[in-house]
Amino acid sequence: MTLLTVDGLTITTASGQALVDDVSFAIERGGRTGLIGESGSGKTLTALAIMGLLPEGLEVSGSITLDGEELVGRSDRALTVHRGNSMSMIFQEPMTAMNAVMRVGRQVSEPLRIHRDMSDSDADAEAVALLEAVGIDRPEQRAGAYPHELSGGQRQRAMIAMALACGPALVIADEPTTALDVTVQAQVLSVLRSRLAATDAALLLITHDLPVVAGITHDLLVIEGGKIADRGGTRELFDTPVHPVTRRLVEAVPPMSRSGEVPTKAHTPSVEDVIISARQLTRTYTLRRRRLREPGPVIRAVDGVSLDIHRGETFGIVGESGSGKTTLARILIGLNRPDRGSITVDGVDLTATKDLRPLRHIAQMVFQDPMGSLDPRMRIGDIVAEPLRSLKIGGDHETRVRELLEAVSLPSDTADRYPHEFSGGQRQRIAIARALAPDPKILVADEPVSALDMSVQTVTLDLLARLKEDFDLTMIFISHDLSVVHRICDRVLVMESGRAVETGPADDVFRTPDHEHTRQLVASIPRLDGTVSA
Amino acid sequence: MRWKRVNLVVGAAIVALVIVTALVSFVWTPYDPQQISSTERLLGVGENGHVLGTDQFGRDVLSQIMVGSQTALFVGVLAVGIAVVIGIPLGGLAAARRGWTEEGVMRLSDVIYAFPPVLLAILLVAAVSPGVGPAMVAIGIAYVPIVARVTRGAALSVFELDYVAAARTYGRRKTYIFVRHVLPNIASVLIVQVTVLFALAILAEAALSFLGIGAQPPRPSWGRSLRDAQTFIQLSPRLAVWPGLAIAFTVLGFNLLGDGLRDALDPRLEVRRT
Amino acid sequence: MYVVRRLGVFLFSVVVASGLVFSVMSILPGDPAQVMLGTQATPESVAALRTELGLDRPIPIQYLDWLSGVVRGDLGTSIFSGQDIAAQIASRLQVTMPLAVMAMTMTILLAFPAGVYAASRHRHLGDTVVTTLSQVGLAIPAFWAGLILVTVFAVGRGWFPANGFPGWNSAGEGLRALFLPALSLAIVQGAIITRYVRAAVLDTMREDYIRTARAKGLSRSAALWRHGLRNAAIPVLTILGLQFAALLAGTVVIETVFVLPGLGSMLLQAITRRDLLLVQGGAFVIVAFILTINLLVDLTYRFVDPRVARR
Repeated sequence: MTLLTVDGLTITTASGQALVDDVSFAIERGGRTGLIGESGSGKTLTALAIMGLLPEGLEVSGSITLDGEELVGRSDRALTVHRGNSMSMIFQEPMTAMNAVMRVGRQVSEPLRIHRDMSDSDADAEAVALLEAVGIDRPEQRAGAYPHELSGGQRQRAMIAMALACGPALVIADEPTTALDVTVQAQVLSVLRSRLAATDAALLLITHDLPVVAGITHDLLVIEGGKIADRGGTRELFDTPVHPVTRRLVEAVPPMSRSGEVPTKAHTPSVEDVIISARQLTRTYTLRRRRLREPGPVIRAVDGVSLDIHRGETFGIVGESGSGKTTLARILIGLNRPDRGSITVDGVDLTATKDLRPLRHIAQMVFQDPMGSLDPRMRIGDIVAEPLRSLKIGGDHETRVRELLEAVSLPSDTADRYPHEFSGGQRQRIAIARALAPDPKILVADEPVSALDMSVQTVTLDLLARLKEDFDLTMIFISHDLSVVHRICDRVLVMESGRAVETGPADDVFRTPDHEHTRQLVASIPRLDGTVSA
Repeated sequence: MRWKRVNLVVGAAIVALVIVTALVSFVWTPYDPQQISSTERLLGVGENGHVLGTDQFGRDVLSQIMVGSQTALFVGVLAVGIAVVIGIPLGGLAAARRGWTEEGVMRLSDVIYAFPPVLLAILLVAAVSPGVGPAMVAIGIAYVPIVARVTRGAALSVFELDYVAAARTYGRRKTYIFVRHVLPNIASVLIVQVTVLFALAILAEAALSFLGIGAQPPRPSWGRSLRDAQTFIQLSPRLAVWPGLAIAFTVLGFNLLGDGLRDALDPRLEVRRT
Repeated sequence: MYVVRRLGVFLFSVVVASGLVFSVMSILPGDPAQVMLGTQATPESVAALRTELGLDRPIPIQYLDWLSGVVRGDLGTSIFSGQDIAAQIASRLQVTMPLAVMAMTMTILLAFPAGVYAASRHRHLGDTVVTTLSQVGLAIPAFWAGLILVTVFAVGRGWFPANGFPGWNSAGEGLRALFLPALSLAIVQGAIITRYVRAAVLDTMREDYIRTARAKGLSRSAALWRHGLRNAAIPVLTILGLQFAALLAGTVVIETVFVLPGLGSMLLQAITRRDLLLVQGGAFVIVAFILTINLLVDLTYRFVDPRVARR
């Protein structure tokens, strides 16, 4: 029996631009449907339209029915009867989606107090049961905690508990695991799967990350530019994509995220010419003291890491958030200083010298956030030329800038324009051009593609690989994403809580991991063929 | 959307009018603002060609108000100038250095913040002598913490951005980064804050002159006129109306301009008012 | 831990403030004894006064002497009246403090409903009306509002005393005398706080957790009441604390309009009488009050925002 029908849904701005254009689909009772698309494709707006929670100023037309009842055009008050009751929603960022000044248990049981008229004490007891059902340990204690006292994974579990509190017929999950680490993602997805099976609720799962839907949904909708581009069974679309949009999305998935087998890649034998050598690097941060007499807790962001990076290789540093990979990278490039240990970069002993200028010519960096890495008030030409001026590198800067922009495949008029005129992928290219300006020997790339759409990621990674050859670079590639690291790196270093737990050729490390943490990381990767072992 | 433009346009128009009035008053006023006339005391609106009447000494009220705008703007410019010249580097230093430097600068600025302009002026005037000079300095110093805090807050978020880290990887020093990369990107916040401070400084100058510790006769000042008007308030309450309106009108202009600029430059800026 | 640290900062601030007050009075050019006696005084009498006031000792010694007095609650004696300064300030505070508290109460009563109402009527007529009124209130000097209120309600209607303070023998009379001064301050402060309350509520309504609350089935206004207001209270509390300094400064001015025997009028008298030690003591007490309020506001955060307790 059909639970939800969306028919001719169109969402337009006040100026008449259609953000969602004639979208139609249906979900059966207990069905599992995935809605995939890149950023800006209209997938979140579609979800918000079903919930009746679109931002003000957007026009909705078409029809949405839940259990035969028309929702479009209903008043906000009329919709409150359904929201949190017969349909509910899980949001992407559990930290901001939860009220920071209200206890978790109260928030989880709130739908019951709204829709079931439950007394506070009954609701509190029920909250503990709900938290237990989503696998939160010591649920009584967590119910009395505030959101910031929980981990990201616990918060998202609590959000799931909240969404399922009233036993809704439809659950909409909007990128529910995008903000989480891969091991936590695997756990949260499995909780979501098992809870849905237990309650028999239908699911609309929205994501840009294809492997995430693979293990959960049966049906798939592919949305692009506000229109449904393709639809069909999840297995069928992923195994044999026909439509060009679907094909592009599927092909952008890195090899390692395709199947449970880690594919082999051509192994480039590395030259034993060490360009960066670090021994026992340690960098600690002291947190503020909690009690007067006790010293503050010390966080070892980097804890006794030693490594050798060979000239001409692409060296990956991989780990989950807080593992210390970014701090390590910043030490390697002289942005942070280690508390202990020694480091030599192409003959420059960083721990011995105060003057890091020679290092600036040797090593440059590309950052994660394409929005924040370019000064919005400067022209691209000036941005790219800045390192040349700062490092007092002579020659014709204008010509050099033109060459660099050409090298990263940007049009020739780029130099006269401002950062806001470019897309995320283009900005990242500009940042790469800037990093290459002083003709460095080492390029450190810190999560350079994490903020980009899948298809843009592929293109950017290919560009980086090409530039590495053309500019004769040694590249250090930092990422939380194992598949991306596997795709581009020759050797990898796996980090956990500041320590280097495993290092070796990328293939060996991911195919036959020695360390438990690496095994866990590899096992947690969601695969396009739906096999998740965690 | 349309309303935001209204703020900007009306505010700019009022501010322009005040500035033009001040400039014109240097060369022309309907009467000599200091001209005392025993026969024309406390004339009503429009009597004997005095558009806004005369005060207890027979001086032309409109002329006095026109000249009073000079003091308001003069004190405003210099006081805000002091606040900006000290506050921006302090705030920048706190944001760039972090750690103990930041802690020290911010704690000190919290202490100075506990000295409102009126109190600072009272202290200064007790130690030296009353006048626009001490008043100006007092207002300027009192606003240093506001500018420093706003600068620091805005600069901190820019210092976190990757283009600052990038600039360091190619060898730029923090001072250069602050001037070249951070300041231009927080300029809109500062411009809005300065506009609002201007309004506050004008209010503060009026209050100080009203208390008798700001502008001294014969220097014309709206606050001073209100002080004089208070004595005659039972006889001629009207005298207390015009200078007050002049202050409110000018302050309204700067506030509207500030709001308009904020909406035009960045809708999510926060401005501190005290 | 947080409390201990914050108390430490508070004590440090008070000491720095006392140093600032003292140095403005002592280090600036001009001899206090000369200033007190006027230009006609003979060098001998100036020298005698210097010795009497202890001004011939090194400045750091004078400061420590004054500071140790402050710690003991001894601010010295007034050169003009010969009265104990601390006692004089204490009696003046009986007017200034109730005035400030009354003004703050009126401000809150005015600003909170107005700000929340405006935010709830965002982009409607009600919002425009409140926003316009607060814009006007923001532009009015408080002392001018006082002058107008006196003219209309005291001189014109006779509902309130135009000036002076009858003392606290009759609480009703005392409150009546403070009503118009407090209202003058509240009009201006209320306009400022209204804008902040409105902005804080509007910001809160845009937060993700409000959307979550609505996704659970709360209506827009129920989400605001149950989830929004406590969150919106955090920035508003900050501003209330910061505005207290402006409010106390406002009482100094407004006391002059209504001829109230408070701390502000005491300070202004002290200036004309060149009673420097009294100015020094009075100013220090005001600053110490402002710092205390800041301390209290910071400590209150712990009860409003659970995240602070762990910082």
